[in-house]
Amino acid sequence: MLYGYMAYFDAPEKLLAALRALKAKGYRRLEALTPNPVEGVEEVLGGDGRIPWVAFFLGVLGAGLGLFLQVYTTLDYPHNAGGKPLLGWPAFIPVTFELTILTITVGIFLYLLYINGLPLAAHPAVRARGYAEVLLDRYGVFLYATDPRFDPEATRALLEALGAEVEEVRRD
Amino acid sequence: MAKEPHPDRDLIQGEWTERTLVEKLLEPVEKPPPRPWKVVLAVGFALTLAWLYAIFVTFVQGLGTWGINQPVAWGYDIVHFVWWIGIGHAGTLISAILVLMRQNWRDSLNRVTEAMTLFAVLCAATYPLIHMGRPQHFYWVMPYPTHMALWPQYKSPLSWDVLAIMTYLTISTLFLYLGLIPDLALLRERSTGWRRKLYGWLSLGWTGNAVHWQRYRAVYVLLAGLATPVVISVHSVVSMDFAYGLVPGWHLTVFPPFFAAGAIYSGFAMALTLILPLRKWYRLEGVITERHLDWMAKVTLASGLGVAYIYLLEIFIAWYSGEPAEWAQQLWRMTGPYAPYYWAMMLINVVLLQTLWFPRFRRNLTWLFAFSILANVGMWLERFVIVVISLSHDFLPGNFHLYHPTWVDVTLFLGTIGFFLFGLALFIRLFPPIAVAEMVHLFHKLRGH
Repeated sequence: MLYGYMAYFDAPEKLLAALRALKAKGYRRLEALTPNPVEGVEEVLGGDGRIPWVAFFLGVLGAGLGLFLQVYTTLDYPHNAGGKPLLGWPAFIPVTFELTILTITVGIFLYLLYINGLPLAAHPAVRARGYAEVLLDRYGVFLYATDPRFDPEATRALLEALGAEVEEVRRD
Repeated sequence: MAKEPHPDRDLIQGEWTERTLVEKLLEPVEKPPPRPWKVVLAVGFALTLAWLYAIFVTFVQGLGTWGINQPVAWGYDIVHFVWWIGIGHAGTLISAILVLMRQNWRDSLNRVTEAMTLFAVLCAATYPLIHMGRPQHFYWVMPYPTHMALWPQYKSPLSWDVLAIMTYLTISTLFLYLGLIPDLALLRERSTGWRRKLYGWLSLGWTGNAVHWQRYRAVYVLLAGLATPVVISVHSVVSMDFAYGLVPGWHLTVFPPFFAAGAIYSGFAMALTLILPLRKWYRLEGVITERHLDWMAKVTLASGLGVAYIYLLEIFIAWYSGEPAEWAQQLWRMTGPYAPYYWAMMLINVVLLQTLWFPRFRRNLTWLFAFSILANVGMWLERFVIVVISLSHDFLPGNFHLYHPTWVDVTLFLGTIGFFLFGLALFIRLFPPIAVAEMVHLFHKLRGH
């Protein structure tokens, strides 16, 4: 069964141009695979504005939890420390701060894995012979055969016209 | 189209293509290790065993085997705790603060210094644990509902410390791991057997998807922004463990910036101690250039000057406060039985530090290496001055006692150095000591593709 085509480009600019062309032709089921971040890819494939908001929400949550932890434990076990006010809030700032950061860090890391679909056990592109190279020095586009626009001949011709070396990726 | 050459172009020297650069950077992992690596590993392993033995003795025979007593109830253990925590700071500084400042020179240095941070913080964290008289109850420092209906006391900096250190350990581990993921995917595709399995699991199935990369960068910069205040907060909180005490020499509001500056200073010094041999043994001169080392020396100088300033300020404050115990403590440091420690600290951290003003000394790698070790000796002496000397001389002459460390104290220290070297040696054998994906990205930027 044909999984799709892996198209290899030797420069990020060519990859970007190809992605624009493919999008213009109406291809939707495709992934760009690159060895390092390519500037400008978000303009073609869509960026992600959610991360800062999720981080902000996690921060509010962490700060709330940190403050709650200290206020609750202090009220549950009231202890006179040097005659300071029972709920002297300045003393609660360091722990609130650390828990804010801790919550954002752990939360945003898990969120990153979640939106990126990681951990991922298998991916059709890994079957491409040249896959190791898109982690090294080439820029790949993986086009799924399930794309409504996909046509074995026309798609291959289009990719080659865009300057790609095309490899067929099949399930054995 | 002819482009202006990038101003940081010489941060990667030599003729490279992406492929040869990647292969060079993966050499420590893929090629047989050089002889000095084996020596470091063996020495580190032997010292780690000695360390475990000293911990065993501590657990079996108790804290009586250490030199701590009244009034010096915090001895080498806390000296070394603070020393190690401080060393960790350069890793986070290089990886986090320099990301935010878009400093291209960090890319060659961040991985190895982040690993340094991880092992330094691990070493540090062992000291408070084994210093507890009943280490089996270590979890009592955490807030959890107990049948004794007790909670940690959150007005105490010692409680803050627990959360600060744990947050620091978590964020520096995650930051290191996040940076490693793309390199692990590359290694997964290049290796076979158990290594392929290991990298496969650890890389979480990273495919190099360009959209994933964008999100990854966003989270990476975000974590850098969060790690930056954490670096400053951790050593500030550590300093408050002291500043909240009434002991003469501890009770100072200047302690948080004092400790933070000292931490960055000792951290950069340790980074130089590690990077100079690494650069030589693995022939990384093309990616860790003299410019990198020069900048590191300048940061060492800048943070060291902060430390030196506060040494002088401490003398002034002790006199200006009009507090007899403070002034007596200052004189005890300068003229008492511990005076050689104090003056050695002043010699290194105030006088010898000034050599780094001069390019001739900064570019002399032998001096830079020697100074990087001296600076950490100086910072060890500083922590000795603060912890031990202050405690040995408080308010009543009848309480004054000197501190006599035992072989267990010394072995615990040498042991953590061994564990640190052993851990780092294993780390650079399994994981590339220079962030490959970031270096290749930088290579693109500099060579104007």
